[in-house]
Amino acid sequence: MKGVLATDRRGIRELGAEELVGWDEVTQGVILESFEVPMEENVAHIRPEERPYSDFSSYTATVASWRVIKPVYNRDICIDCQNCWVWCPDTSIISRDKQMLGIDYDHCKGCGVCVEVCPTNPKSLLMFSEAEEPEAALAKWPEKKKKEKK
Amino acid sequence: MALTSIKNLKEFSTANERFEGAHLLCPGCAHSMIVRELMNATDDNLVIASATGCLEVCTAVYPYTSWDTSWIHIGFENAATAAAGAEAMYKARKRKGTLKDPDAPVKFVAFGGDGATYDIGFQWLSGMIERGHDVTYICLDNENYANTGGQRSSATPVGAHTSTAQAGRVSYGKKQKKKDIVAIMAAHGAPYVAQLAPNKWKIMAKGFQKALETEGPCFINTVSACTTEWKFNPKDTINITDLATDSLMFPIYEIIDGRQLNILYRPKNVIPVEEYLAAQGRYKHLFKPENRHVIDMIQKEVNERWEYLQRREEAGV
Ligand SMILES: Cc1ncc(C[n+]2csc(CCOP(=O)(O)OP(=O)(O)O)c2C)c(N)n1
Ligand code: SF4
Ligand code: SF4
Ligand code: SF4
Ligand SMILES: [Mg+2]
Repeated sequence: MKGVLATDRRGIRELGAEELVGWDEVTQGVILESFEVPMEENVAHIRPEERPYSDFSSYTATVASWRVIKPVYNRDICIDCQNCWVWCPDTSIISRDKQMLGIDYDHCKGCGVCVEVCPTNPKSLLMFSEAEEPEAALAKWPEKKKKEKK
Repeated sequence: MALTSIKNLKEFSTANERFEGAHLLCPGCAHSMIVRELMNATDDNLVIASATGCLEVCTAVYPYTSWDTSWIHIGFENAATAAAGAEAMYKARKRKGTLKDPDAPVKFVAFGGDGATYDIGFQWLSGMIERGHDVTYICLDNENYANTGGQRSSATPVGAHTSTAQAGRVSYGKKQKKKDIVAIMAAHGAPYVAQLAPNKWKIMAKGFQKALETEGPCFINTVSACTTEWKFNPKDTINITDLATDSLMFPIYEIIDGRQLNILYRPKNVIPVEEYLAAQGRYKHLFKPENRHVIDMIQKEVNERWEYLQRREEAGV
């Protein structure tokens, strides 16, 4: 893949700039800037959807093609416990203001960890085939399971 | 410095992520769970150095970066040195008054795999701790050189099959014991040393915050279940980690100033190590009758180690 080289103040030129540079031509000390502009404010105080990500941030890329199965989210059962948020390895559970809002399907790899750690009965997240429509998946949602007597 | 509230998960979840998706770590990899938790535990600026290994390679695939903080891509052996160098330069410039924003809080962190930490970067890490840099070093311990195809490291436990300690007709896998890196780091007199696990998210977040807050060099060994080399289904990363902490294969504890040891998690029901081993392909061969003695040996070691940790905690020395 062709890319960029460190030179000007920001240390980079835009992807697709006239002089394309392969990774093997990148000079020592090259900097990839995650944002389009120098960040004056602390990034930790800015929500992802409000950040000026540059083309170099993997936020702008997708791994959706890795999935063969995907998690589907059922808002009706969810208790917003945030288990899925804390353990998702791919920053793909979107939580804002203590609420689970859904899944970021650009970055989710379909590992299924979120389903395993979801504590509700039935679960608020379940794995379905990648091709399954969300409405169809929700229509198939299982009933509450009775606790087995030990 | 500003720490994120970790009173409960809901509050913790209001942290604004600085570790982005579309990195190329395997689905279900625990490395990124641990990294996310560290970065979400504070809103201070972070300067992070990563040793070569799965984390570094998969989060900086040209032309992409997954890091929204200052992040240094460095060699296999010298994450500790790179972080220490940045920290020393920062201090010097602060003294000379040449920093643009001298009051902005900054924390220096280094990540290394077990290969980078226990083996290849061992003396560099030792030097960083001995010189007293204000750096938090976190080892992502998946007990093998995962990024190059699962070779054994000095963190690989007895009995595990790896690509260079293979189980077969003449061998039951690795024969040598796992190096006790936590004890070695504590013996340096570091102010804060701990072993933590991502399934116990709150204990881990607390430990991370303690390390970030503590002035001076801190070391944390984290258990990082590796779906590819431990051979388990990616959905089970947290389930396997539960088995690891509840069988006491990975006791969770901290050591303050090289002396006071505190156990941070006591399982209500301690499960036999056999259950932990049975859940992973890398230990499959141990369940042949001729290898039964290896499981017994591992259980005995785990029991003795737990006994030792409890006694040290009680003694308070
Ligand atoms: C000096 C040096 N030797 C060998 C390598 C090749 N190498 C890259 S990553 C790696 C293994 C990393 O293992 P570990 O530190 O445990 O991290 P993991 O990939 O398991 O997370 C090796 C051997 C290297 N990059 N540099
Ligand atoms: S399937 Fe895996 S990557 Fe996708 S949202 Fe769930 S935990 Fe995250
Ligand atoms: S783990 Fe389940 S219940 Fe908890 S926030 Fe996620 S979807 Fe909702
Ligand atoms: S090989 Fe293991 S440590 Fe490396 S990315 Fe895959 S699961 Fe993570
Ligand atoms: Mg490793």
